[in-house]
Amino acid sequence: MNQKKSKKPMIITLVLVAAIYIGVFIAEQTMPATSMLFTVLKKGATYALVAVSMNLLNGFTGIFSLGQAGFMLVGAYVYGIFTIPVAQRAAVYQYFDGGVIQFTVPVIIAMIFAGLAAAFFAFLIGLPVLRLKSDYLAIATLGFAEIIRAIFQWNGLGPVTNGSNMLRSFPSFNDFNIVGADGKVAVYLSTLIPFIMSGVCILLIVLLINSSYGRALKAIRDDEVAAEAMGINLAHHKRLAFCVSSFFAGVGGAMLAMYQTTVQAKSFTSAMTYEILLIVVIGGIGSVTGSVLSSFLFVACSEWWLRFLDEQQMIGDFQVPLLRNGFRLVVFSVIIMIVVLFFRRGIMGDKELPDLLSRRSKSKGRAVK
Amino acid sequence: MWDTIFPYLLSGVSVGGQYALIAIGYTMVYGILRLINFAHGDVFMVAGIIMVYIAASGLPLWLCIPLVLLITVAVGFLIERVAYKPLRSAPRMSVMISAIGVSYTLQNLVLYITGGLNKQYPKIPWISETVAIGAAKTKMVTIVTPFLVIALVVALVLLINKTKIGMAMRAVSKDFETSQLMGIKINNVISTTFIIGSFLAGVGSILFFTNYPTVIQTSGAMPGLKAFVAAVFGGIGSIPGAVIGAFIIGIMENIIKGLDVILFKLGVIEAPLGLATFSDAFSFALLIIILVVKPTGLFGEKVTDKV
Amino acid sequence: MSEKNMTMPAEPLQENNNQPAAEPGKDEVLRLENITMQFGGVVAINNLSLKVDRGEIVALIGPNGAGKTTAFNCITGVYEPTNGIVYFHGKPIVVNHPQGKMAKQYGGINGDLYKNRKPVVHTPDKITHMGIARTFQNIRLFKSQTAFENVLIGTHLRRTSNMFTAAFRLNAKEEKANREKAMNLLEIVGLAEVADELATSLPYGKQRRLEIARALATDPTLLLLDEPAAGMNPQETDELGEFIVDIKNRFDLTVFMIEHHMNLVMDISDRIYVLDFGKQIAEGTPEEIQKNPVVIAAYLGVDEE
Repeated sequence: MNQKKSKKPMIITLVLVAAIYIGVFIAEQTMPATSMLFTVLKKGATYALVAVSMNLLNGFTGIFSLGQAGFMLVGAYVYGIFTIPVAQRAAVYQYFDGGVIQFTVPVIIAMIFAGLAAAFFAFLIGLPVLRLKSDYLAIATLGFAEIIRAIFQWNGLGPVTNGSNMLRSFPSFNDFNIVGADGKVAVYLSTLIPFIMSGVCILLIVLLINSSYGRALKAIRDDEVAAEAMGINLAHHKRLAFCVSSFFAGVGGAMLAMYQTTVQAKSFTSAMTYEILLIVVIGGIGSVTGSVLSSFLFVACSEWWLRFLDEQQMIGDFQVPLLRNGFRLVVFSVIIMIVVLFFRRGIMGDKELPDLLSRRSKSKGRAVK
Repeated sequence: MWDTIFPYLLSGVSVGGQYALIAIGYTMVYGILRLINFAHGDVFMVAGIIMVYIAASGLPLWLCIPLVLLITVAVGFLIERVAYKPLRSAPRMSVMISAIGVSYTLQNLVLYITGGLNKQYPKIPWISETVAIGAAKTKMVTIVTPFLVIALVVALVLLINKTKIGMAMRAVSKDFETSQLMGIKINNVISTTFIIGSFLAGVGSILFFTNYPTVIQTSGAMPGLKAFVAAVFGGIGSIPGAVIGAFIIGIMENIIKGLDVILFKLGVIEAPLGLATFSDAFSFALLIIILVVKPTGLFGEKVTDKV
Repeated sequence: MSEKNMTMPAEPLQENNNQPAAEPGKDEVLRLENITMQFGGVVAINNLSLKVDRGEIVALIGPNGAGKTTAFNCITGVYEPTNGIVYFHGKPIVVNHPQGKMAKQYGGINGDLYKNRKPVVHTPDKITHMGIARTFQNIRLFKSQTAFENVLIGTHLRRTSNMFTAAFRLNAKEEKANREKAMNLLEIVGLAEVADELATSLPYGKQRRLEIARALATDPTLLLLDEPAAGMNPQETDELGEFIVDIKNRFDLTVFMIEHHMNLVMDISDRIYVLDFGKQIAEGTPEEIQKNPVVIAAYLGVDEE
């Protein structure tokens, strides 16, 4: 059937994506560096990767896991630990005699380590947890994320993790800007780089989803019993989905560290996982495009566009009621509830961008889920 | 040695009882709807906040308490009607996501109202008085809690076993669809479950915040999670199980908090190991162990799936 | 993460157009020996023994609740039988005897026969790997996938790629071959036009055929059909009968089916086993079964659905 399908939607998609990348690069050279746009783009790119990785597990394989924040935490810390310049370690690890690790690795390697570490934790956790029923799996993964958080906050591991103190001084996105001899930035790359990092990772996930393995994962989501009867080993494939998803959550955690420039274990709470989950739901469970779009929307709304809701407005002498700090999040929550209750399929349902671009025949009508 | 451990035991029993009141709500809702009500812990927190504001408005405390309980019950009822009922025929994941959404909404709402400031819980006479038990000093609420919890649990068990609505609740938790076919008014049963659960959470909040008087929008998250662990540990669907699980968690959690002090006084360690950070993690470790070893919990029933 | 767990080499699915149909009765493909399945206190199947030879179409019939699907589940690894052995191409693929608590509770017979044999169990995916494919009583298609994708998923178990080679498209040849195979199967079952439709949007009869196509994609030598004609009218049932015989010959299969439509059973079966309350009460050719008074008594006449 794919022989008959036109290649056009795919090509248009690729052209669009390329245009976005070029646009981002140009924007960064021309617009003021302090513009909110770049905050949104950088954080959006980071969240996009994490959302897609969560969608791989929850949306495509049907494994309702709430452990994302834990794997992000592992990734963020592994990245930081391996990239803090040796000269700075004494200052960062001030309560732990400069810390135990006294070397650094290149950023890319550190990011890969971050992913591998997270995947390793996922492998261990998966052994007992993946057998559980969906509700219990959710709570068990949530529990493991909390345990991981406790471990990384523990001062007993301070020489490695800096205990309850924050990690800082590691390379962040701004460090990728090319600085000229005069000390001023010649080429801004601080937004393009996260886009590239995120883009490559999401591409890898998409490649997996569209492969034979991706189909097997979707089969598991649709009907485990039938999938097993068709020769798909459930334990193996679930573990695969869990580890791959966590790998990229770890990389996403590393990117989050680069965005925030500091990391502290105690901020990786289950609330963070809930936010990612809501992003995935709004975008559409089972749609990579949806997760990406939804991430940028979410970040834009919460950091930028709805900001006005937090400011007290005056109309003449009359103070507009309700508008003050925190209102933005309330409006936001209500919007999310509306989506969850009335637009359960989210923005994209389970379609991808190429699907929208090709005039899909009406016969692929969706049965009510 | 006993003197060292005793204060931790006491606080453990106290907080355990408060967790128990929350845990009952979780276990009842799960038993009937197979839903983990992620928002339940936040209802508990909302009850605390409501008390703060109502008490601050000048109403006498003997009026505040029933009012708070009434409002909490209304909140629980509303949440079920607005966020869970419409999704009853949807896949389970959707309802859980809705519960997470409600939790998120409640926290943001409270954050907005309080401006992010810690709020002080009003001092309720008598239960917030300090008493001495042996060498340990604690608040009256510590003594009241276990007895109150037991009394409420007994009342609840009687309700479930001896009344018509209780029988309906038992039927629905055994077989949702058939109960509907047998003419049981499902909506009433579900609403009753949420009302009872929210009521108990409200009572629990009065006791809890008398003990730990700071209320903030995240105050419900941890107690909620731990109460859920207690419910699972005791056997989801079993009320006595949830209560016992909650007491065990409360006690162990406090002992771990004090582990450094205890071990130091026993001469086992020379310097604090910072083990207190693991007091929360203990509940989760317990959860995982029980899920792996005996997922049906201490008192849960084994359900055979017919393929 | 390699996948070489096959115990039995499965014969690749080939069309068998030019050769005569395999002679039934020559090789034994499936044999159940003293299979008992006990759930708690209920003995669902009691000491069931049967066999199916190569190229045969054998039917398993009996009143509702007789234990037929349970028997299928014991063969395919969904259940672990409490006692007994399942042989596939002469090799034991499932072996068990009452153990632990069950040893005391055991309500079947011959519980001591296999006491000294080491239990052998496999998960359903391994059983499918060996060459046994099945369909389900209540149609279990993958509801978010198209007809084509449903069949394509059936080819996954025979992959030689791993996650990495698949993701980086290094398995392009294998993928192409699988896609062609899936399309081919769809054409054979007459569903080529609806290949891109959502599987669950197809009419009921087409869904059943799709499920069979999907099962065929796993390269089985033995096909277990669980009530393939359920919900069909007499004409559809006749067509189904022809269809089953056709694919059996085409792919050199052996077919073991559960059915209630007696016309279909009598038309195409070589032999029939009759189950009632978990016990085998009769065995024979269609003519013999039709005249068997025990069978007639169990059914009180034959119900046409």
